[in-house]
Amino acid sequence: MTSLSQPWPGATKLGLVIDLDTCVGCHACAVSCKEWNHGGASGPLPDYDSRGPNPDGLWFNRIHSYETEGGACGSRTVNFPRSCLHCEQPQCVTVCPTGASYKRAEDGIVLVNADICIGCKLCSWACPYGAREFDEDEGVMKKCTLCVDRIYNETLPEAEREPACVAACPSRARHFGDLGDPDSAVSLLVLARGGVELMPELGYKPTNRYLPPRKAVVPTGPVEKPVRMGTGFSASLLSLVDRVLSR
Amino acid sequence: MAKNINISQPVGDEVAYTTCYMCACRCGIKVHLKDGKLRYIEGNRDHPVNRGVLCAKGSAGIMTATSPSRLRKPLKRSGERGTGTFVEIEWDEAMAIVTDRLAKIRAEDPNRLAFFTGRDQSQALTGYFAQMFGTMNYAAHGGFCSVNMAAAGLYSIGGAFWEFGEPDWEHAKLFLMFGVAEDHDSNPIKLGLGVLKGRGAKFISVNPVRTGYSAIADEHVAITPGTDGLLVMALIHCLLEAGKIDAEFLVRYTNAHHLVIDAPGSADHGLIARNSDGAGLAYDREAQGLTPADAKGINPALLGSFVLPDGRKAQPAFALVAQRYTDPAYAPEAVADLCGLDAKDIRRIAGEIAEVAFNQPVILNQPWTDSAGVRHETMIGRPVAMHAMRGVSAHSNGFHTCRAIHVLQMLIGAVDTPGSWRYKSPYPKPIPPGPAPGGHQRQANGALDFPPLGFPRSPQDLLVGNDGEALRLDRAFSWEAPLGLHGMMHMAIGEAYAAGRERVDTLFLFMANMAWNSAMNPAESSRMLTARDPDGNYRIPFVIVADAFASETVAYADLVLPDATYLERYDCISLLDRPIGSAHGPADAIRVPVIKPDRDVRAFQGVLLDLAGRLKLPNFVDADGKPLYKSYPDYMINHQRKPGVGPLAGFRGRDGKAFGKGESNPDQISSYVENHAFWRHHLPADQLYFKHGNRAYLEGAKAMGLIDSSEQIVLNLYSEIIQRFRLAAEGHGPHQPPERLRAATKRFMDPLPIWYQPVEEAENDATAFPLHALTQRPMPMYHSWGSQNQWLRQILPENRLYLHTSLAKRHGLGNEDWVHLTSRNGTITCQVRLMDGLAPDTVWTWNAIGKRSGTWALAKDAPESQRGFLLNHIISEYLPPDNAGHRRSNSDPVTGQAAWFDVMVRIEPCRAPTRTSQPQFPVLPPPHASATKARP
Repeated sequence: MTSLSQPWPGATKLGLVIDLDTCVGCHACAVSCKEWNHGGASGPLPDYDSRGPNPDGLWFNRIHSYETEGGACGSRTVNFPRSCLHCEQPQCVTVCPTGASYKRAEDGIVLVNADICIGCKLCSWACPYGAREFDEDEGVMKKCTLCVDRIYNETLPEAEREPACVAACPSRARHFGDLGDPDSAVSLLVLARGGVELMPELGYKPTNRYLPPRKAVVPTGPVEKPVRMGTGFSASLLSLVDRVLSR
Repeated sequence: MAKNINISQPVGDEVAYTTCYMCACRCGIKVHLKDGKLRYIEGNRDHPVNRGVLCAKGSAGIMTATSPSRLRKPLKRSGERGTGTFVEIEWDEAMAIVTDRLAKIRAEDPNRLAFFTGRDQSQALTGYFAQMFGTMNYAAHGGFCSVNMAAAGLYSIGGAFWEFGEPDWEHAKLFLMFGVAEDHDSNPIKLGLGVLKGRGAKFISVNPVRTGYSAIADEHVAITPGTDGLLVMALIHCLLEAGKIDAEFLVRYTNAHHLVIDAPGSADHGLIARNSDGAGLAYDREAQGLTPADAKGINPALLGSFVLPDGRKAQPAFALVAQRYTDPAYAPEAVADLCGLDAKDIRRIAGEIAEVAFNQPVILNQPWTDSAGVRHETMIGRPVAMHAMRGVSAHSNGFHTCRAIHVLQMLIGAVDTPGSWRYKSPYPKPIPPGPAPGGHQRQANGALDFPPLGFPRSPQDLLVGNDGEALRLDRAFSWEAPLGLHGMMHMAIGEAYAAGRERVDTLFLFMANMAWNSAMNPAESSRMLTARDPDGNYRIPFVIVADAFASETVAYADLVLPDATYLERYDCISLLDRPIGSAHGPADAIRVPVIKPDRDVRAFQGVLLDLAGRLKLPNFVDADGKPLYKSYPDYMINHQRKPGVGPLAGFRGRDGKAFGKGESNPDQISSYVENHAFWRHHLPADQLYFKHGNRAYLEGAKAMGLIDSSEQIVLNLYSEIIQRFRLAAEGHGPHQPPERLRAATKRFMDPLPIWYQPVEEAENDATAFPLHALTQRPMPMYHSWGSQNQWLRQILPENRLYLHTSLAKRHGLGNEDWVHLTSRNGTITCQVRLMDGLAPDTVWTWNAIGKRSGTWALAKDAPESQRGFLLNHIISEYLPPDNAGHRRSNSDPVTGQAAWFDVMVRIEPCRAPTRTSQPQFPVLPPPHASATKARP
């Protein structure tokens, strides 16, 4: 079993804020993630049966679409990207028999040390969010690293030091930042939009937040049926075009 | 990942900027290479199209660039056509075969070359090749894609939806989207929706299916397919009833006040009354007399009837609009059932449009001067933006539906104003924007006098013979499709087969999967491609396929010219073609080779230039017959279509500082490379809106060579051009439709938008085929090149037919059950899935997932071929024959747009156990596996 270092108040908690109001379910984040990590520190992310009858492979981020009923927005389709939530109390870490799974004290990112991972898959059983992916070629568990090899990468321009999924997202529905800092842009966004954590009842205290769908309205009544004149045109139309026009 | 990983590892050792080609969006990309191999592709943050973001396809580009389905070497057919058996040949031999064949055709009858290009982004070159070759039988894939939107827009407002216009994402307060799913302009729309929703604006999506963009709409309007036009006309009805129109906008920027001759039966009935100078007339209520409609300071009448100098009557165009759409037939209560909507919702949406347009205008403190010379201190906009795409386009009533949307935009003053829909540069253009289609005459050098795709203004511009029937192979620009601006690619194979050897010798296809997902009725297309005459010769004598991938169509080629993939070649995304400009100004871009081909392939544009040189086509060779361009990049730099206007608008002139117009610059491509593969020009703030009537903008656009005249572009609320075709059908003039099409021409060539039930649906037996069937593109894929990608196919390796839960219940169907889906054209067998966010009498599926077994370097038992399916099999490019045996095309009768979404179907559960989708076809061998090296 692996113990967690205790986070202290105000500790950095890097994570993602995902806006379900604008996620169109396009899979851009998922493929960008696969591309970055395939050639990055976690790579390769293997594909199995890539031209065959059962194409499959490793993805740190997968997209689901659901139809929902009820709620403030009524019946709607919700697109839901799913990846590691970098929990504050990650059971995937505490169940790890070798210490391969660990949570970084400095920023809260949950990682796997492949050198000592024995591929027992206990962590994937422990994770209720389905965030872990087993690499059958290497026999080790892999997962979202929050692009730890991008966000601190000094060879990248400052503006590019963000997770690949955030950089790629075409509707800019993904935000990255420190959710431990109540004044950070992501924390303020969560506050303003009523961001939620997934399955809080399980007690794993996910860091990532999801912003719920909204419904904009234009407050107005229907256009009123005006009194008809003998010409067939409405009075309001006649009065409008009878106005002095100038061109 | 090890514990002590280096988190500051350089991404690669080399960076190159180019333009994506995983779909038609043309995003800027930053490509990282490591040891000469692709490491990572990301969006270019400075690029005007995608501003750093990149879609799933774009990121998967590295797997397409190395895909085993790439063609490797020129191929010559060695077995029966359609069996996919080839020998590999050298390029010299391949080019000699093409040159000999085409030279002979050109000497005898250039029209016997039918050159059809698919999702080609170099139509400015391919079209020019066809023009110089002298064949009118050229088209790109727009005829089965977007021509309804292009034609309706270009003939109404001098610009168009699709990727040629965009909502004012920063200012719109209400956004109505009609029939838009993932398509061209994919990243700009996603970026825009993010901005729009972030600002709290309301987004209404009118679409039978609630996926993708519709999923994040604030209101989803699940309309019955093909009835969008009725909905729009009902909205117009409500706004007219309530007097909620922008009369100032109408008289300043449209022909609403132009007087339309009211003399039924005469040859100029319905045309604009003009003075002796040809200027349209209006009635000035101030002077109480007729005046040129463009005169400054007049107070033009919009309603009433006025007497012309010759004693005849005329009415302002707006009066005709008002008469038509105030008719109770267009009341929400009259159309609601047909649309599958509630009349109250239609009235409420009309109310929201009126509220936002007239009570919440956007006012920018930006002085500007209009075309009449009037200075305005502010820019006042109606922040109701609209956008429409395939769901409108792919019906046979799409032209008029799209025009109805433009009429609605004009009536509320929401064309290129703050908060409304805006033109993307180089639009707006004059109405119509170019010359008539070439085909009637050739110059002495054999070239057509005009490009084969053009813009008819009257019946004399049609390409028809003395019998009134089509001259072009595909029937574009005939009375079956007078405004067939993009050609009718979906007719190419069927008509080449029907016409026989006398009319077509060689069918030359570039980047078009015409025997599969780009064909209506692929089984029939395949049959026609392999059919023989009684003498044993193939009925379509010779087929050349140029493509980068081993698609289904490759097997039907006699000669295969393997193309390079997008990261291996030069390209220009040109203002002469389909540029990447935005409302903020013109822009264009290039592709540059990032990796070297590891196969014996050549980029098609270079091959075409080589061919043009060998054939000594005009303007491709000098006076001595020597090729003018040694390569495609050489052409990009040195070709001039008009003096100073070349394929690339940026970095022109000897010093590279001119743009738009300017001398050729030998360093132009280097300048593009330095500028990360694109060029853009930011318009000054006073030119950003009202471009159709903005003096500074129009003069600037003329100076850049975007338009030839800086005159105001008067928007056509009323289409006089279309009325000219109707007059011909009524018996006027020397060019009249054949009798079989006279009534239809009169009906469909209406100068104001009309709604009619889609043609196939109207002729359909609704009891036999009660359901609409649609397709849409999945966001992570585009065409079959995308869905074979080894990452993308993990996301969606097989498609399903989606049904509304109520429909499924009626048939006792559950998820994954197998069904037969039958139309008048046949039956397919597939699996279903249930959903609620769908118009109840509509079924739909993902486009182009289904593959033919053995193609695209996929295993024979890949899910794409075993359970994936195409809806195409039950759609025909022909309507049932009339009494005389004529088969009209299954197209919009105005534009020839392929009516993909008109198909009507019925569904039946499969009784027998089923495991594979139907139809299935013989497995094709991989083209290179069967290829044996040709003996020297």
